[in-house]
Amino acid sequence: MSNVSERLRGIGQRIDHNPCGPIALTRFKYFLLLPLAVMLSGCNLVVLRPSGDVASQQANLIVISTVLMLIIIVPVMFLTVFFAWRYRAGNKEAKYEPDWDHSTHLELVIWAAPLLIIICLGALTWMWTHLLDPYRPLSRIAEGQPIEDAGDPLEVQVTALDWKWLFIYPEYGIASVNELAAPVNRPVRFRITSSSVMNSFYIPALAGQIYAMPGMETTLHGVINKPGEYTGFSANYSGDGFSGMHFAFHGLETAAFDTWVADTRAETGALDRTSYQELAKPSENVPVQKFGTVENNLFRFIRDRCVEPGKMCMDEMMAIDRNGGLGLAGVNLLQQPMVGDTAVRTALFGLKSNIVTGICTIEEQEAVADVGIAIGKPVNPDPLVGAGLARRSFLPFRAPMLDAQLQFSRPSGS
Amino acid sequence: MSENLIKMIFGRLTLESFPLHEPIVVVTFAVVALMGMAVLGAITYFRLWGYLWREWFTTVDHKRIGIMYMILGIIMLLRGFADAIMMRLQQAMAFNGSEGYLNAHHYDQIFTAHGVIMIFFVAMPLVTGLMNYVVPLQIGARDVAFPFLNNFSFWMTVGGAVLVMMSLFVGEFARTGWLAYPPLSGAEASPGVGVDYYIWALQVAGVGTTLSGINLICTIVKMRAPGMAMMKMPVFTWTSLCTNVLIVATFPVLTATLVLLSLDRYVGTNFFTNDLGGNPMMYVNLIWIWGHPEVYILILPAFGIFSEVASTFSGKRLFGYTSMVYATVVITILSYLVWLHHFFTMGSGASVNSFFGITTMIISIPTGAKIFNWLFTMYRGRIRFELPMMWTIAFMLTFTIGGMTGVLLAVPPADFVLHNSLFLVAHFHNVIIGGVLYGLFAGITFWWPKAFGFKLDPFWGKVSFWLWVVGFFFAFMPLYVLGLMGVTRRLRVFDDPSLQIWFWLAGFGAFLIFCGIGAMLVQFAVSIMRREQLRDTTGDPWDGRTLEWATSSPPPDYNFAFTPVVYDNDAWWDMKKRGYERPMDGFKPIHMPKNTGVGVVIAGLSVALSVGLIWYIWWLAAVCFVAILAVAISHTFNYDRDFHIEADEVTRTEGARTKLLAAGE
Repeated sequence: MSNVSERLRGIGQRIDHNPCGPIALTRFKYFLLLPLAVMLSGCNLVVLRPSGDVASQQANLIVISTVLMLIIIVPVMFLTVFFAWRYRAGNKEAKYEPDWDHSTHLELVIWAAPLLIIICLGALTWMWTHLLDPYRPLSRIAEGQPIEDAGDPLEVQVTALDWKWLFIYPEYGIASVNELAAPVNRPVRFRITSSSVMNSFYIPALAGQIYAMPGMETTLHGVINKPGEYTGFSANYSGDGFSGMHFAFHGLETAAFDTWVADTRAETGALDRTSYQELAKPSENVPVQKFGTVENNLFRFIRDRCVEPGKMCMDEMMAIDRNGGLGLAGVNLLQQPMVGDTAVRTALFGLKSNIVTGICTIEEQEAVADVGIAIGKPVNPDPLVGAGLARRSFLPFRAPMLDAQLQFSRPSGS
Repeated sequence: MSENLIKMIFGRLTLESFPLHEPIVVVTFAVVALMGMAVLGAITYFRLWGYLWREWFTTVDHKRIGIMYMILGIIMLLRGFADAIMMRLQQAMAFNGSEGYLNAHHYDQIFTAHGVIMIFFVAMPLVTGLMNYVVPLQIGARDVAFPFLNNFSFWMTVGGAVLVMMSLFVGEFARTGWLAYPPLSGAEASPGVGVDYYIWALQVAGVGTTLSGINLICTIVKMRAPGMAMMKMPVFTWTSLCTNVLIVATFPVLTATLVLLSLDRYVGTNFFTNDLGGNPMMYVNLIWIWGHPEVYILILPAFGIFSEVASTFSGKRLFGYTSMVYATVVITILSYLVWLHHFFTMGSGASVNSFFGITTMIISIPTGAKIFNWLFTMYRGRIRFELPMMWTIAFMLTFTIGGMTGVLLAVPPADFVLHNSLFLVAHFHNVIIGGVLYGLFAGITFWWPKAFGFKLDPFWGKVSFWLWVVGFFFAFMPLYVLGLMGVTRRLRVFDDPSLQIWFWLAGFGAFLIFCGIGAMLVQFAVSIMRREQLRDTTGDPWDGRTLEWATSSPPPDYNFAFTPVVYDNDAWWDMKKRGYERPMDGFKPIHMPKNTGVGVVIAGLSVALSVGLIWYIWWLAAVCFVAILAVAISHTFNYDRDFHIEADEVTRTEGARTKLLAAGE
């Protein structure tokens, strides 16, 4: 106790003896703030200081929006405290007008000020939502480095499994589990789906997240600008093993990336329909695995939920339905899942879940080209015109894109 | 054979269904059982059962039902907060290879239960309770439009809460997060009883909420005192009206969504499954079409409370009444146009995302206007810093921060990096605690003397206030930082040791809030013990402005001996200014509704029906379903529903008040 008071007195004396006392006091104040500053500098605010161009732009947008809003938030907070103090009941000098309850001028300001801020923010939002649309192919690698013709982006097919991540590199015919690598300054296009439940694919250092959903495909474009090891994870709770569902993301120089690809190719493991089904079974905290070869079109079968041979692919089903369906005859395609399939469930009243058997043979299925979400080069970099992609006609008939998609997805055998 | 028989009798329920292997649950059960026995024993010992049944459980008096809602909300707050503390402790511990003290099975139930309980069984009952108590008084009515329905709604809400509590000790609760997105909540990924508990608890409580919404809309639209045009209604009544419109329009969506999910789980349909044409995103859309208006259902009444409090304690008319009303209505309408901002990250196109982002931002305009209106209500006022006003100022400072981070999250590209992060968790606690809860606390302190005839003890109130406010900043500011460090929510264990300090800080904040809740309970106890010193005989302890302060505290069963006539917005303030004289004679008999136990019975049967459906005990479900129909139909033949309070009794009651008022002067 006495120690503390002595120390306090010591500080006071030092201030007294110091010719620039007030400055010392200010310094002392900063000293008090030091722990906070140390904590903040010690922690890695990866969202605000990322290493990929997309995430950097998103971070800038956070800062700009915050500053824009502070223009109105700070005065409000100040006025709240000031009015509360100024018009406290004890202060008889302040004006008291119990019946004053309207002022057209003030009302105008009250509504106009937030409106102006929101108009600015709304314009920013419209522009940046389009520019940073995860579906939109990148138009630059970094500030001042527009993509003239950098070749096709690296495509990575991402599947969220229970509870690990599978990455397929169709360009190289390799795959890895819970480890992702990409060359620095080369745009990456992720095509994302999930095997059973919803997850969210998120590498904070690279770009914003996008959900991984079963039976659906989402897309994310990003580019990593600095080599290094980053963390990626699922940002949407997906069950028991969710906490362990993270992976290392290596941003590598081109040479190092080539080595990584070569090393992965040298792995003996092969990923095909059978080994995928084994891999897809729930497991937690899964170590890194690599596959030197990958079956063609595997990602498409995962997305269309027909990895199990004999099951009808979703694109096939949708194409049939779009042409009017099979009518009652379609019931004949319903089948109980095969023996040994763990996914069999018994609903109430003993109803079993069914699967639909495919009409196409596996060869026919494989002959169908893998249609992702049609993404080309931006036809128009103007942020106000959407992703700059070719748009669907509003006419219900003769929509060229729809027809094209239908062509692709129609079973080739029928 | 006997095995089949046991299965027929008990369905899925077996001895293994009781979580005896979870020591934490067993200890909790022991404590709850002991406390429950003590309470039940005390009620029996003091022979209170008859009194409770006649005067409280079967009551159709909106005031008593309101108080029961508040008690339910506060009890459930303790449960929901226990979950919060357990999560904070787990996340503060689970570093450097430590698994913490909760396994995934338990932890996942805890965060799901925390969300469900805090929204459905804490915030909703507290909000509904205040509306129930205050709205009829503010509009000069004798009760709500449908008094029996009110009692029934309350007991259905209790039924839902009972199911959630039951899941703690029998079986398990959902492990899906509070909105139970399929496919995770589907039969394949969640085959257990957890999601079924979730579905039926919300369905049972949802019936209550919807009916109480209909009831309050009718009350406000049809039962206002003469002279009270819509634009002369107190602001709290206005916000209640908008809230109940939202309830009636959105809760059916929730009900329908959960019905579809139940069909998927029970009879094998494929609305939200992965295969056979199901689409889980449809569920996500539907649940948020309910879910987003839901947060406005909670916040609008809080805005109403702040308006009443700000003008009362500033001794001034509310600034910009008209713009306040229009702001409320605009928020009500806009709240339907923003649901997609909860899943910008699910791959909608840029134009769709921008549309919903911008509509979300537009909501901040009327909300900002409201903040300014409160600000200019304080301007040139005489502000008395009683507790309700302190909560209001704390709200204005805290809520603006939450509003700012909310608008930030409405910018889709920003949301891509912050969605599902602890930043988001910090944001919605910032608006729900800093907005809804502070509002409810302001409301409780403000209207407590009306309900019980004595004020709350200010000392313990202030202790609780400071613990809550400081605790809030300690608990949630670190989460904003963690969100910016890229930490996502619902994680059970962590790898990066540099995060731990922030979780410790957050845990410390949760501890302060824990003390704040403790201080609040102490405040209630101390106030009840010191009620004679804190007594208010005037019925108008704060120099109030609206009609509820015109009658005695607590108000008589009939609220107003004569229905007041309204000439101005602040009706009671206006009456006081014009030298209003209480009528002393000429009383007439007052027509009143009679108590009935049917609400308790139907709600009890609904709980039993749900238990049957959850555990696949089909005979129980069938019996209860038939019984519910029978009781409901037979109730329609009950013609003995009303009585008159005789003029003599009214004269006596009013005479007693006259004496009290005279003694007070």
